[in-house]
Amino acid sequence: MKIAVCIKQVPGTTDIKIDPETNTLVRQGIENIINPFDTYAVEEGVRIKERLDADEGFSGESEIIAMTMGPPQAEEMLKEAVAAGVDRVVLLSDRAFAGADTWATSTTLAMAVDKLGDVKLVIFGKQTIDGDTGQVGPEFAQRMNIPFIGYVSEIMEISAKKIKAKRLAGDRYEIIEVRLPAAISVIKDINTPRVPSLRGKMRARSAEVPVWTASELGADKDEIGLSGSYTQVVKIFTPKTVHDVSMIEGTPEEQVEELFKNLKGLNIVS
Amino acid sequence: MEIRVNESTCTGCSLCRGACLYDAIEIKDGKAVIGETCVFCGACVESCKFESIEIIGLDTEEKDFSGYRGVWVYLEAHGNELADVGLELLSEGRKLADKLKVPLSGIAIGSGIEENSRIAFQYGMDKLYLIDDPIFENNIDDIFSKALVQLISKYRPEIFLAGATSFGRTLAPKAAAILKTGLTADCTGLAIDDEKKILLQTRPTFGGNILATIITRNARPQMATVRPHVMEKIKTAVDPGNVQDKIIKIKIDPKKFKTIYKMLGTETEKGEKINITDYEVIVSGGRGLGGGEKFELLKELAGTLGGVVGASRAAVDSGWISYPHQVGQTGKTVNPKIYIACGISGAIQHLAGMQTSDIIIAINKDPNAPIFKVANYGIVGDLFEIIPMLVKRIKEGKPLV
Repeated sequence: MKIAVCIKQVPGTTDIKIDPETNTLVRQGIENIINPFDTYAVEEGVRIKERLDADEGFSGESEIIAMTMGPPQAEEMLKEAVAAGVDRVVLLSDRAFAGADTWATSTTLAMAVDKLGDVKLVIFGKQTIDGDTGQVGPEFAQRMNIPFIGYVSEIMEISAKKIKAKRLAGDRYEIIEVRLPAAISVIKDINTPRVPSLRGKMRARSAEVPVWTASELGADKDEIGLSGSYTQVVKIFTPKTVHDVSMIEGTPEEQVEELFKNLKGLNIVS
Repeated sequence: MEIRVNESTCTGCSLCRGACLYDAIEIKDGKAVIGETCVFCGACVESCKFESIEIIGLDTEEKDFSGYRGVWVYLEAHGNELADVGLELLSEGRKLADKLKVPLSGIAIGSGIEENSRIAFQYGMDKLYLIDDPIFENNIDDIFSKALVQLISKYRPEIFLAGATSFGRTLAPKAAAILKTGLTADCTGLAIDDEKKILLQTRPTFGGNILATIITRNARPQMATVRPHVMEKIKTAVDPGNVQDKIIKIKIDPKKFKTIYKMLGTETEKGEKINITDYEVIVSGGRGLGGGEKFELLKELAGTLGGVVGASRAAVDSGWISYPHQVGQTGKTVNPKIYIACGISGAIQHLAGMQTSDIIIAINKDPNAPIFKVANYGIVGDLFEIIPMLVKRIKEGKPLV
């Protein structure tokens, strides 16, 4: 069974500060990392493979492919995915992909999954920590016309034909079964990613990272990148939420009394 | 498409370099050079004092969207009760609709929801589109998005808003993908552009450190999901009068709404409120709590305030409390009216998940804890002393000093 895991490289911290004098962004020494939620997606892909390999009722080989759309330097992250156990990787990289919103991103990923051929399951992380949208998974699934189970915390059963998963839905968990092919997004609860083995690291070092460009995907320029996006950023600014912290001093009794007064002022207590 | 720097006017001042979120700009030989990590976000274009940077080659041909009219709000329901977020969005939608001089409509889809949906008329709604059928008993999003798409295709609103709840954030992308239009996730600000009469959708990104304003440039409706609690719920009419002829009931053919999802069951955490984003008060605990049993203290305080318990990653990873309570980068993003951080130092990943809360109260032993930098009120002290005293103060109503 072929399983694709869609991952993204993001800035290692979102602690982007504003220089108060020039009013510009300071992002010194920020390294790029794999989106934290995607580490659970990669691990889950590898676990499914291990599970299917051990399943006597399941015949055939499984293959986990990690995929990303991004600049050439995303190659490093894909190699980390190899170290974490995926079988092979694909880098979707082309200037024409730049500026993609969630729709154009899901279009590009859908084309790549089509090109891989016969993919039965596509795994996403819940959302990225830079964009925070969580929209690419469901838009991708709709585009492929396959079911999508979001916020999955456990894969209860998987076979060649279907998947049964538990997902976090607001104030409860839902147990849902769909036929494959399907797409899912996973939350942190689903697993604890393993530390890459020495063998994995060796494999990563020699792993090939094929690059697929827009023309290799057969993408029309109007479908991808900013041209293929329905939304566009028109302004970026920093929130004016400079909190003026008021420290409540005094004995513990005085502190609590003062805090109580503040809560009362906010109509939280009467 | 291309981004160009006009070399004759660029002074190499590096303002654009500072504005770039993607580290794509270098200054070479006194001129800005834009590299391949650029995503055309336009931050540099805006930052340039000399108008030296432009994005060209983008199809800016204006399409005629005059056939799309009105503001729609999706009224999410849990069982047959309307969720607050729909009413908050009606109140916000009212402002947008007034500015555009168009009607404001609510869309309710569910089973047995007609009566409760009428409540929405008290929040400024002009019209209600209602699909009430037993097949919508479970919140299975594929048939909801299908029903929604049918309504939108038929009535063509220019703006569609839904709550950025776990349901809304699955429903809306599916609907947008079928409708082939843009969707902006998790907005915290909405406005109408005076001149172009389009929706300006503002959302936090990069963990809340940056705000981006986004437009839907060449498709309709303009769709957005909006965070719960951000917009204020405003009652406009106690008794909206006879609303019967303002309800448009749509009959659907259940045979055409067969879900591809098999819902096999549900589970809840015994006695635990886990949908923490629903609450206006969150009392969160971190490493400073020292153990799982100590969360009882926070539960008691949360209980007296009508709130819920949250946690830092450290507390969840230590197994003190379950993951649905986790606030932060790898947990939930919350923005309650009051966030009380107890024994949480305030790692940047935690701040990313809660710094947009209206009021932040921090209680910590360490006066240098970074949590105080985002707090409105800070108490340096022992939470095991402060919190029981506060609970007592609230319950007994007797001044302590």
